[in-house]
Amino acid sequence: MEYVTNFFLPSAESTYAANVDALFHFINIVSLILLVGITIAIVYFSIKYRRKSQEDTTPLITHNTTLEVTWTVIPLILILIVFGWGFNDYVEMRTPPADSYEVYVESFSFGWNFEHPNGIVESNNLTVPVATPVRLIMRSRDGDVLHSFFVPQFRLKQDLMPNRYTYAWFEAIRPGEFVYFCTEYCGGGHSMMNGIVHVMDQDEFDAWTEDELGRDLDALPLAELGQLLYTREGCQGCHSTDGSSRVGPTFAGLYMAEREFTDGSTRIADEDYLIESIVNPRDLVNVGYPNNMPTFYGETLSERELMGLVEFIKELQ
Amino acid sequence: MSASSTTNGKTLKVRYFDIEENPTEHYLNAETGLKSWLFTVDHKRIGLMYLASIALFFFVGGVLALVLRTELFTPAENLMTAETYNRIFTIHGAVMVFLFIIPSIPAALGNFLLPMMLGAKDVAFPRLNLASFWIYSIGALFTLASLAVNPIDTGWTFYTPYSVQTGSAVILMTLGVFIMGFSSILTGMNFIVTIHKMRAPGMTWGRMPLFLWAMYATSIIQVLATPVLAITLALLIMERTLGIGIFDPALGGDPVLYQHFFWFYSHPAVYIMIVPAFGVISELIATFSRKTIFGYWAIAMSSLAIAFIGSLVWGHHMFVSGQSELSTVVFSFLTFFVGIPTGIKIFNWLATMHKGSIDMKTPMLYACIFLFLFTIGGVTGIMLGAISVNVQLHDTYYVVAHFHYVMMGGTVMAFLGGLHYWWPKMTGKMYNEFWGKISAVIIFIGFNLTFLPQFIMGSQGMPRRYYSYIEQFQTMHQLSTIGSYILGVGFVIIAVYLAHSMFRGQKAPSNPWGARTLDWMTSSPPAHHNFNYQPVLNNGAYDFHKPIADFTLGIAEDDHGHEHKGEPVKQQEQNA
Repeated sequence: MEYVTNFFLPSAESTYAANVDALFHFINIVSLILLVGITIAIVYFSIKYRRKSQEDTTPLITHNTTLEVTWTVIPLILILIVFGWGFNDYVEMRTPPADSYEVYVESFSFGWNFEHPNGIVESNNLTVPVATPVRLIMRSRDGDVLHSFFVPQFRLKQDLMPNRYTYAWFEAIRPGEFVYFCTEYCGGGHSMMNGIVHVMDQDEFDAWTEDELGRDLDALPLAELGQLLYTREGCQGCHSTDGSSRVGPTFAGLYMAEREFTDGSTRIADEDYLIESIVNPRDLVNVGYPNNMPTFYGETLSERELMGLVEFIKELQ
Repeated sequence: MSASSTTNGKTLKVRYFDIEENPTEHYLNAETGLKSWLFTVDHKRIGLMYLASIALFFFVGGVLALVLRTELFTPAENLMTAETYNRIFTIHGAVMVFLFIIPSIPAALGNFLLPMMLGAKDVAFPRLNLASFWIYSIGALFTLASLAVNPIDTGWTFYTPYSVQTGSAVILMTLGVFIMGFSSILTGMNFIVTIHKMRAPGMTWGRMPLFLWAMYATSIIQVLATPVLAITLALLIMERTLGIGIFDPALGGDPVLYQHFFWFYSHPAVYIMIVPAFGVISELIATFSRKTIFGYWAIAMSSLAIAFIGSLVWGHHMFVSGQSELSTVVFSFLTFFVGIPTGIKIFNWLATMHKGSIDMKTPMLYACIFLFLFTIGGVTGIMLGAISVNVQLHDTYYVVAHFHYVMMGGTVMAFLGGLHYWWPKMTGKMYNEFWGKISAVIIFIGFNLTFLPQFIMGSQGMPRRYYSYIEQFQTMHQLSTIGSYILGVGFVIIAVYLAHSMFRGQKAPSNPWGARTLDWMTSSPPAHHNFNYQPVLNNGAYDFHKPIADFTLGIAEDDHGHEHKGEPVKQQEQNA
C-alpha cells in the first residue's frame, strides 16, 4: 500500500496532507472500479454480441427506467461525498491557527524573498520551525506578474498577485528539506523559480535565527555581499554562474569579455559597463537575448550593493 | 411503390426512392476549378475546406507537440532556449484549441452532415456559412502573422499581467482569436436556425439523429459564450494599446477579473469541443451495434444539461487564484453536477451495445477507445473538482494529462471515428480497414504511454509549462516522450492510407454500414443538392428493427412544394 501511495504522491509532510491524500486515494479507487467495469462491459459485449451475419437482428430496447435511475442516483451520492470531503479539508487548509508564525512572501521574476517577523530576509530558501503553524502573507512585487507558491509535499499552493495579498498556511510535521516551485507561468525563468523549504527542529531553528541576526552585511567583503544579492535579488533566475545560457547571459567569464549589442555596437564588460547594465539594462541589449530585464535595480540597490555584485561577477572567471 | 405519411396532421403522398450507387455526377465534380471551391455555398464543400484546414493545423500543432516532448526528454537544453520553448507550447495550445479542435467536429463534420441528416439541401444561410469559413481563414491568417512577427509566449490562456507586459505579438494573436470567434458564432447561429426550420417532413425533434442534438447544444454554447471571449480579448487589446487599466494591477486593474472573463468563455468552450464528440459516438455505437439507441431522450437532454451546467462552473479553474473561498466552494459544488449527465451518456452507450450486433470496424474501434479514454478523462475531472485535492494538482501535469484525455482521448478519437465512418460518404471511397485498425491500436498505445505518466508526475508535483525540471521526474518525462513518437507514427499511417484511398480506394456503396439516418439515404458521394428527392420521415433515426428501404421515403410529386423552386432542370429529370 505504501509503495502505491508513494508512486502517486510525494511524502505527506504537513498536518493536512494526509487528509488530502485519503480523498485522492478514495477517488482513485472508485474511479478504478468504474473504469474496470466499463472496460469489461466493452470487451465482453464486443465479443459476446459480435456480428455473426449481415442478417443479424437486435431486440428493440428503448429505455429502462429502473436502470437509468440507478446510474443517476449512485453517481449523485458519490459526487456529494467527494464534494463534502473536499470542502471539509479545504476549510482546514484555509483556516490558519491564531498563533501562527507569520512570514511575508514576495515573488518577482524570477525569485522569492521571505521576510521573518524578526526582520531576517531569506532569498529562495524558506527556513521554518517544525510543528509550528506558519502563515504565509504573500504578494508579487509591484509591476511584476503572477506567480504561484507550490510545495508538493505540504499539498500547498497559492497564487501571488501584485497589489493584492493572498494567504496560505502549513504546519510541517517533521524536519527536512522540501522543494517548492512556481506554478503560475511567468516567463523565461519560470522553471528556474524553485527553492527549498528548510524545516528545522526548534533548537536548530533558534540557532539559525541567532546566526542570521548576528550577521552584519556592512562588514561582509564585497564579493560575499554580491553572492548574497545574486540569490536574494533573483539574478540567478536568468543569469547562470556556470557558463550555461538562461534568459540572460551567464556571469561566468563575463568580466572584461567583449559584448555585442543589438544596435551593432560592441563594448568590453568592465566595471562601468557591469554597473550600467544593472541600472539601465535596456539601453544596451546583448545579441541573442530578450530585452526584458527589470529596470528598478538602480533604485533598490545601494552603491555598495552594486559594487558587491560587480566584485562577485569579477570572481567568476 | 407509393404510400402516405402523416406529419403535423398533414398527409403527404410519398413513395420509395432508389438510391443511385456510384453516381457519375456528384457534389465533388458538379463544378470544377479553385473558384468553385473558394466561393462555393455548398455546405459539403465548405465542410471539406474546414476539414483540410483543421488537418493542416492539427499537423502543425502535432509537430510542435513532438518538438516540445523532444526538448523535455532531459532537463537540460536539448533543442532550444526557454524563450523558444515558451513560444512553442503557447502556439501548440493556441493552434490546437482555436484553430483545430473548436472547428473540428462542428465546422468540418457538422457542416458536411447537418443538412443531410435533416433531409435539407443546405444550411439555412448558405452564404453566411461561406462567410464563416472566410472569417475563420482571416482569423487564422492573423494568428499565422503573429508567428511571423514575434511568436506569442503567454500560454494559450493569455493571462494578465504577463500578456500586457510581454514583448511578443499578443495583439495580432488575440485579434486572430477574436476574429475566429465570429466564425464560431455565425456557424452556431446558422445551425440553430437550420435545425429549427429545415427539418424534412416527418422529422420531429424526437426523430432527430443524436448528432444533431449534440450540434444543437454546441451551437447554443457557441452563440452565448463566444461573445464573452470577444469582449475579454477586446479589453485586453485596449489595455495593451491604450493603457486602460482593466486587468493589469500596475494600471489599477485586476488579474482575477481577467481569469473570470477568460474562463467564462473557455470553460463552456471545452463543451464546444466535447459535446459534438458525444454526438458522433452516439451515431457510431448505434450503427455498429445495429441497435436502437438506449435512452434517446436521456442522451439528447444530457447534451443540453451539460451545455447549461457547464456554463456555471468556470471558477473551478481558479481555486488557488485568489478568488474568494466562497466562490471556490460554490464552483466546486456545481462542477460535480456536470459529471451526472456525462455518466448517463456513457452508461447509455454501453446499454446500446448490450444485445447488439457489434461490428468492430475502425469507427467502432475508435468509439470503444473513446469510451475507455474519456472515462479516464471524466473521473480525473471529478478528482480535479474536489477542492482540497485540486490545490495539489492545479497547474501540474495532472491537469495537462486530464485535459488531453478529454480533448484528445475524447474529441480527437471521436473525430477520427467519425472521419472513418463518413469517409465513404464524403469521398465515395472506402478506406483500408486493415490499416485503419492497426493505426487505431498504435494511437491507443501511444496515447496512453504519452499521457498516463503525466498523471503520475503531476500528482507527484511536476508543474506544467516547465522548460526544465528536477531529476526525479525524468523517467516519466522520457516515457511520455517515447509515447508521443508512437502516437505520431499512428497519425502518419492514417494520413498515408486516407490519401491512398482518395485516389486508389475501392468505390463506396451508398450505405456501407447499414445506418438508418438520412445522411446515408443518398449516394456516395452525395448529389450536388444532397438528395435527388425530398426525404420524408416515418421512423426514428435508430429504428434498426425496420428495413432500410423504409428510410428512403420521399415526396411522391416533387414539383408542388416551394422547396424545389429555382432548381436546375437536370435535378428534376433525375427524380423522374
